[in-house]
Amino acid sequence: MTASAAARVRNGMAMDALLSVENLVTVLDTDRGTARAVDGVSFRIGRGETLGLVGESGCGKTMTALSIMRLLPERIGRVESGSIVFEGRDLLRLPEKEMRAVRGNKISIVFQEPLTSLNPVFTCGEQVREAIALHKKLSRAASKERAIEMLRLVRIPEPEKRYHAYPHQMSGGMRQRVMIAMALSCEPPLVIADEPTSALDVSVQGQIIELLRELRERLRMAVLLITHDLAVVAEMADRVVVMYAGAVFEEAPVGDLFARPSHPYTEGLIGSLARPDRRGGRLAAIPGNVPDPMRLPPGCRFSDRCARRFERCTLSEPPLFAVSAEHRARCWLRETGEGGDRGAAGNV
Amino acid sequence: MPRETCDPSTPALEASGVKKYYRGAAASLFRSGPVIKAVDGVDLVLPRGATVGLVGESGCGKSTLARVLIRLEEPTEGSIALGGEDFLALRGEALRRSRRRIQMIFQDPYSSLNPRLTVGSTIGEGIRIHRLARGAAVGERVAALLERVGLSAAASSKYPHEFSGGQRQRIGVARALAVEPEVIIADEPVSALDVSIRAQIVNLLGDLQSDFALTYLFIAHDLGIVEHVSDTVAVMYCGKIVELSPAEEIFREPLHPYTAGLIASAPAADPSGRGGRAAIPGDVPSPANVPPGCAFHPRCPRVMDVCRAVPPELVRRGAHRQVRCWLYPAGD
Repeated sequence: MTASAAARVRNGMAMDALLSVENLVTVLDTDRGTARAVDGVSFRIGRGETLGLVGESGCGKTMTALSIMRLLPERIGRVESGSIVFEGRDLLRLPEKEMRAVRGNKISIVFQEPLTSLNPVFTCGEQVREAIALHKKLSRAASKERAIEMLRLVRIPEPEKRYHAYPHQMSGGMRQRVMIAMALSCEPPLVIADEPTSALDVSVQGQIIELLRELRERLRMAVLLITHDLAVVAEMADRVVVMYAGAVFEEAPVGDLFARPSHPYTEGLIGSLARPDRRGGRLAAIPGNVPDPMRLPPGCRFSDRCARRFERCTLSEPPLFAVSAEHRARCWLRETGEGGDRGAAGNV
Repeated sequence: MPRETCDPSTPALEASGVKKYYRGAAASLFRSGPVIKAVDGVDLVLPRGATVGLVGESGCGKSTLARVLIRLEEPTEGSIALGGEDFLALRGEALRRSRRRIQMIFQDPYSSLNPRLTVGSTIGEGIRIHRLARGAAVGERVAALLERVGLSAAASSKYPHEFSGGQRQRIGVARALAVEPEVIIADEPVSALDVSIRAQIVNLLGDLQSDFALTYLFIAHDLGIVEHVSDTVAVMYCGKIVELSPAEEIFREPLHPYTAGLIASAPAADPSGRGGRAAIPGDVPSPANVPPGCAFHPRCPRVMDVCRAVPPELVRRGAHRQVRCWLYPAGD
C-alpha cells in the first residue's frame, strides 16, 4: 500500500468521515410485497479515500448509492430509517432544494452505461457545460471554456472539436470519458462510480481505471466505487465493503480482504475467480443462487449456500465481528475475534 | 456417440479462409454503403475433444464467425469441414441432419429461451426434430438432461421466467446437449452471470466435455476464464486472427503487441500487483473503417513503417504458434 493510500485508510476509520452511512434501511415496494433492498448498512468514507462496494446483482449496492443521492425510483423505493451524514449534514433531512445543490456539485455519479446516461439530442460538450453552469456562476463563454478544459482533463483528443460531437458519434470509451468529465466538472469531494467499466471493452477498461486513479489523486476526491468485479476493486479501492442480500458481510482494507478473506462468501467469490495457477482444474464455485430478497433464509442470509454452516447459522443472524482493528466480518466463525481457522481459498 | 466418427485425428471442425462481408448502410441514393468485413479470412481448427478459446473485443467479428460456423449465416467465401465432411455443401435434408452435430450456447439466457415454451418443450424440440426419441421417451431424455446439468426433472413443466440467470444458462446448456452434438460453440456463456454463478457454469461445461467427448469453441472477452478453460487461444482483431497459440504459452509470453496489451490492461484481482498498467491507447476501430496495413497499427506501441502500408500475414512461429505481425517476418 502506498503512503497516501494508508493515510486514506486511516481517514476512513477516523471520526471526521466525509460520508457516514449509519444503519441505512431502504425498502422497495414490489407487486409481491415490500423488500428490504438495503438492510441496516453502515460504512464511512474519509476524504480522498476510495471505498469499493462489492456484491452481486440484487445485493443492494446500487440502491445504497441511489439512497445517498436521493434518487430512488419514485413511489417504489424509500429510505425507511438510518442516516447519511455528508460533510456534517444528514442528507436524508435536507429539503429537496438544498439536495439539488449537493447533487453534481458535492456528490456526483458516473453510471455504467454512458450511452443511456447521456442525452442523445445535445452535444457532449454542451452536456458538460450544463453540469458546470448549474452550479457555478459563470458566463456562457467561461463555462464553455471550463467544459473544454474538462474534456482535455479526461484526455479526449481534440477537445475543442469533440465539444460539438453528439454521443452517438463517440465510442463507448469516449462516452464514458464524457460522463467522467461531467461528474468531475465541479470538483466534488465525493464521486460515486457505479460499475464505471463494466460496459466497456477490455482494452478500454484499463484506460478508464488508469484515468480514474490519476484524477482521484489530482483532484483529491473520495470515490465510492460500486462494482461486481473484484478485479476492479483490487485495482482501485483502499478499503472494501462486501454486500450480500442487502447486508454488509465484510469490511477490510483491500490488501487484507484478498490476503485474508474472513467470510465464507468473500472466500467463495475470490476462490471462484479463474487464476493462472489453477488452469484447467475445477473452480471453487459457490453452490446455489443469490436469494430472493422476499424469501431470505433464516439466521445468516448466506447459510443456505455456505459450505461451513453449522447449527447456529440457521438460528440467528450474526453481527459484524472484528477480525482485526480495521477488518470485520458478519460470520459466526469469527465470534472469537481471533479470526479462527481460515479456509483454503483464503491462502491467496 | 457420433455415428460419423472416423479417424480421431480428423478435426471436429475446420474452417479455412472464412470471410463474411456485409454491405453497410447506403451513403446516399446513388452511392452504396461501405463493405464491412466482419470476418476477413479466418482459418481455425478445433481438434476433437479440445477447447479453443476465441478472444476479442466488441466488433472484432467473433460472434459473426460463430454464426457462420453453425451456418446461421452463409459465409461470403471459405470452407467449413465438420468432422472431415464439407459442411457448406450440405443442402436440405442432409444439412438438417448435420445441424445436430454443432450446437450453440448463447450469452444471454434471458433472450435466448422462448418465454412461451416450457423448459421441457424447449429442450425436447431438438430431440423430436432429429428423431432421437419419440413419445414418452422424449420426456425421459429431457428429465435426464435436466438432472445432468444440475436442475431437477420437475423443471421440465416450468417456464423460463421461473428461473434465475444461472439456472437459465443450465437450461441453455441442456438444450444444446439434447441433440448429442460433437461441437459446441459457447458465445460468452458466462459474461451475463453473477460472479458466484460463473464458476458453476464453467465447471459444468468442463464436466460435460469429459463425459461426452465434446469439442468447444469458447468465445469470451474475459481473459481469465479463457485462460482457465482453453487448450488453444485465438485472438481476433478487426475480423482477422492475429495470434493463435497454446493457452499456457500465450499468457506467459504473448507474441502480438495486441495480445500483450490485452493481457496487461485486463484488471487483475490482486491488489499487490496494482498500478503501471500498460493500457492500449485509443479505441477499437469501426469495422466499416478498418485502418490500412495492419489494422492494429494506430494503437500499437511497436509500430514500424511497414505496418502502416502492408497488412501482415499469419505466419508460423515454432511448432504450435501463429502470429500476424511484422515483428515476426515469415521464414524467421
